[in-house]
Amino acid sequence: MGIAEFFQHLMNGLTLGGIYALIALGYTMVYGILKFINFAHGDILMAGAYVGLFVFDGLRGDAPLGTWTLIAFFLAMLISMGFSAVLGMTIERVAYKPLRGANRLAPLLSAIGVSFILSNSAAWAFGTHSRKFNYPFDNTPVHIGEVVITPHQILILSVSLIMMIILKLFVDKTRMGKAMRATSLDQGTAMLMGINVNRVISMTFAIGSALAAVGGILIALDFKVYATMGTMTGLKAFVAAVVGGIGNISGAMFGGILLGLLETFGVAIFGIPTGLKDTIAFGVLILILLIKPEGLFGKVEKEKV
Amino acid sequence: MLNFFLLILIYSGIYALMAMGQNIITGYGGMLSLTQAGFFAIGSYVTAILTTQAGWSFWATLPVAFLVSALFGLLIGLPTLRLKGDYLAIATLGFGEIVRNVLNNWDSLTNGPMGIQRIPMPVILGFTINPYKKYAFLVMVIVFVIVAYILFQRLARSRMGRALAAVREDEIAAQSMGINITKYKVYAFILGASVAGIAGSLQATFTLSVTPGTYTFMVSVMVLCMVVLGGMGNFKASILGAFIIQFISYFPQLTGLSSVIPPQFKQILFGLILVVMMIWRPQGILGREATRYRKRAVTPTGGEQ
Repeated sequence: MGIAEFFQHLMNGLTLGGIYALIALGYTMVYGILKFINFAHGDILMAGAYVGLFVFDGLRGDAPLGTWTLIAFFLAMLISMGFSAVLGMTIERVAYKPLRGANRLAPLLSAIGVSFILSNSAAWAFGTHSRKFNYPFDNTPVHIGEVVITPHQILILSVSLIMMIILKLFVDKTRMGKAMRATSLDQGTAMLMGINVNRVISMTFAIGSALAAVGGILIALDFKVYATMGTMTGLKAFVAAVVGGIGNISGAMFGGILLGLLETFGVAIFGIPTGLKDTIAFGVLILILLIKPEGLFGKVEKEKV
Repeated sequence: MLNFFLLILIYSGIYALMAMGQNIITGYGGMLSLTQAGFFAIGSYVTAILTTQAGWSFWATLPVAFLVSALFGLLIGLPTLRLKGDYLAIATLGFGEIVRNVLNNWDSLTNGPMGIQRIPMPVILGFTINPYKKYAFLVMVIVFVIVAYILFQRLARSRMGRALAAVREDEIAAQSMGINITKYKVYAFILGASVAGIAGSLQATFTLSVTPGTYTFMVSVMVLCMVVLGGMGNFKASILGAFIIQFISYFPQLTGLSSVIPPQFKQILFGLILVVMMIWRPQGILGREATRYRKRAVTPTGGEQ
């Protein structure tokens, strides 16, 4: 493999990984605080993509590509983030909150139910066909040496980078972020310290869902919008979260990018057929669970009796 | 109309087998597996391939379907069952998708998305059980369900049933009582898998053709719904749940309203069932079956007779 080819795959892997990382953050944040997998996360992504698509098409009208389409795109992204945040909080309030303290299976089963309701309602309301999300800019690839980079890839990289930096600053520097970290460390003690745990949990769902919406829109530009688009993407992002050590925010970012690179290079170097590309993620999952179940950056938690 | 009712009963029976398998895993063992569809597919394809390509009779393929599904149960169970339940859900979900992926792509063996047609009808003592004349087939399915029910019921009251209950309630406590938790979890998983394989064989010989499109994630969710609706830890309840869910599935056709009711109606309802049951009646309609222990006469000195 030549240098140029290597950089090409690196670029493709990084963009794919950036999206996985954005989605993985939602899984990992919720897991960090509630210790359960939000199965509906992938479907929130799908809902976000639909809202983004409708708002963008509505704002754009017949306008030709230009500054306005770009503004419309980012406006659509913001509205979709807001919508998904509210959706995420509502789901938490209705389907998960009553189950806090119930046995461990209950919220998981409820989450599967929510996921099924969301994806099938979308199929019912918007049809089973996939819709194209038009590029808000001219997506002619740019050649840098022999490496081909599309403006879409640059968009993905910059947006996911900005989002992750904002999130990291939020969690590390703000009061709310501190409250989140405290809650994930020990819910009971956090409550005794005067932290409004319910608000922290709602906030966690809001942030995770908003990031999922961004991921959904970014991925929709390449792979269209359809009712079950969140399933596979969500699963892979979950794998990314586990690889990085579930509950660990930096880990999820790293895991996402690593998984993106593994998928791209797996197809390119090891000649894994594209039809079985999705299998790579699960191979990685089983491998990491066997070798280092706490993930690359996770802490080993001793279970106390 | 009567024909439809018989069809519902037959499918209820086939799914009741899978639901009982899910129940031993989820209801008794407390593990959330999401891959009954995968084992169902494996059983179906074993029967389809052996009868059409090797000329075996349906009855000869049954033990093979049983063993092959059990083997896959072992393969997927060993690495994942050593870990917490949440991971199991995702890993098994991934496994189900991989099975479907492979069936879709392995053209030389499975004929890809076209599937396998012209599966011979089962013959017993010179009598052909023709699926088009549904009575005989229904009787056969009922026999399978009764046998499975009796076996599972005996199993639940055996050492293994008690060990699983202990593992479900508290793994650490069970372990300190000397129960090999991995061993019993894997046993439960293998049993659940192999009975789904048998159900798959029945499905193949009932529809006389198999296509990968039958074995989607929805099948796994339906089976899960049956167990949750009927009641976890109760095999009678799984049979009841299977009937109710199948009745809901075919309700639009049964009432001739399939043009009015959208096809997503049943999936949305299944999702709602999961959420609503978890919040308001987590024990299901019938609830967990109480374990009855034989009373033993006690001698005045306190020893057992």
